[in-house]
Amino acid sequence: MNLVLSRESIYLLESILEKELLCNGVDHAFIIDTAGTLISEGGKLPMEDILPLAALSAANFGATEKMARMIGEKDFSLLFHKGTTHNIHLSRINKDFILVALFGNDVAIGLIRHGSNKAAEQIIPILTNEEDSLGGLH
Amino acid sequence: MAFIDMKRNEIQAKLVYYGPGRGGKTTNVLHIHKTMSRQICGKIVTIDTKGDRTLFFDFLPLSIGKVMGLSVRIQLYTVPGQVLYNDTRKLVLRGVDGVVFVADSLKVQQQQNIESLQNLVENLQDEKIGIHEIPLVLQYNKRDLANSSIPILSQEEMEHDLNRDLGVPSFPASALKGDGVYETLREVSKKMIRRVTHKLRDGHY
Repeated sequence: MNLVLSRESIYLLESILEKELLCNGVDHAFIIDTAGTLISEGGKLPMEDILPLAALSAANFGATEKMARMIGEKDFSLLFHKGTTHNIHLSRINKDFILVALFGNDVAIGLIRHGSNKAAEQIIPILTNEEDSLGGLH
Repeated sequence: MAFIDMKRNEIQAKLVYYGPGRGGKTTNVLHIHKTMSRQICGKIVTIDTKGDRTLFFDFLPLSIGKVMGLSVRIQLYTVPGQVLYNDTRKLVLRGVDGVVFVADSLKVQQQQNIESLQNLVENLQDEKIGIHEIPLVLQYNKRDLANSSIPILSQEEMEHDLNRDLGVPSFPASALKGDGVYETLREVSKKMIRRVTHKLRDGHY
């Protein structure tokens, strides 16, 4: 599958990340595909850290998908890694895309889950429309 | 998948180094990381075991310049070559845009090269990609051993084993010394970018 996102779509995705996650205290939020491609991002971290994090997040999802199948699940829709002061929340947007939020202990996990769900609802139509307009290039 | 971000004017593409275990895939990527300027080369990630065998993958992002006004970023990945890690190889191949097959010139590795190439064909098929359709370059690594007492395959033998049906560009290399590493990367990058830009020009995007 190939994907081209217009300037307007990228602005829209960035504004969703800002409104639903970054405004609620998330340090960095990004959207990736299951191959590890960085689609959109916003926050405090430098790009040189975000690119490997994107690759590792996709790999993380892929590895746990295998674990899910071993216990009779198709995949896990949400992963959460808790550190001493920093945490990572990864949630599946749909079969092709993943939303990742990096945040500190000062932000409640419930807020992240709520923000991620709200963001995913708004992101799906944008990415689905772009995929539909690709003219069969898959 | 190739991804084009029209806000950043950037193309992202995924290149995977594939081949049998201990063939030199990671050594290729480490050489690129060691010798390229920090402006081109991002942070390297390697997930290996204590014995330096790749357990999951290596990852290195490169910004290699501009084509048609778009910056080109290539994400380099390696797969674990060991036979039992096929699920991991499939995972890393997701969304691949180009492949470097790193074959081992050691005579004892002849069969492993052939099996690994066959494994690549099968795993690409699972991704609905034909081996003749994807930008692919072969690299015959460890050619520096030609001057040692260790038996190695001739380039002609390797061409016959691996490239007689494919007919793709192939390069002799010594990843340890850096010979042939950039020639391989340059050729596969050209093929990948050509493919993306043709599709752009033809309006397929």
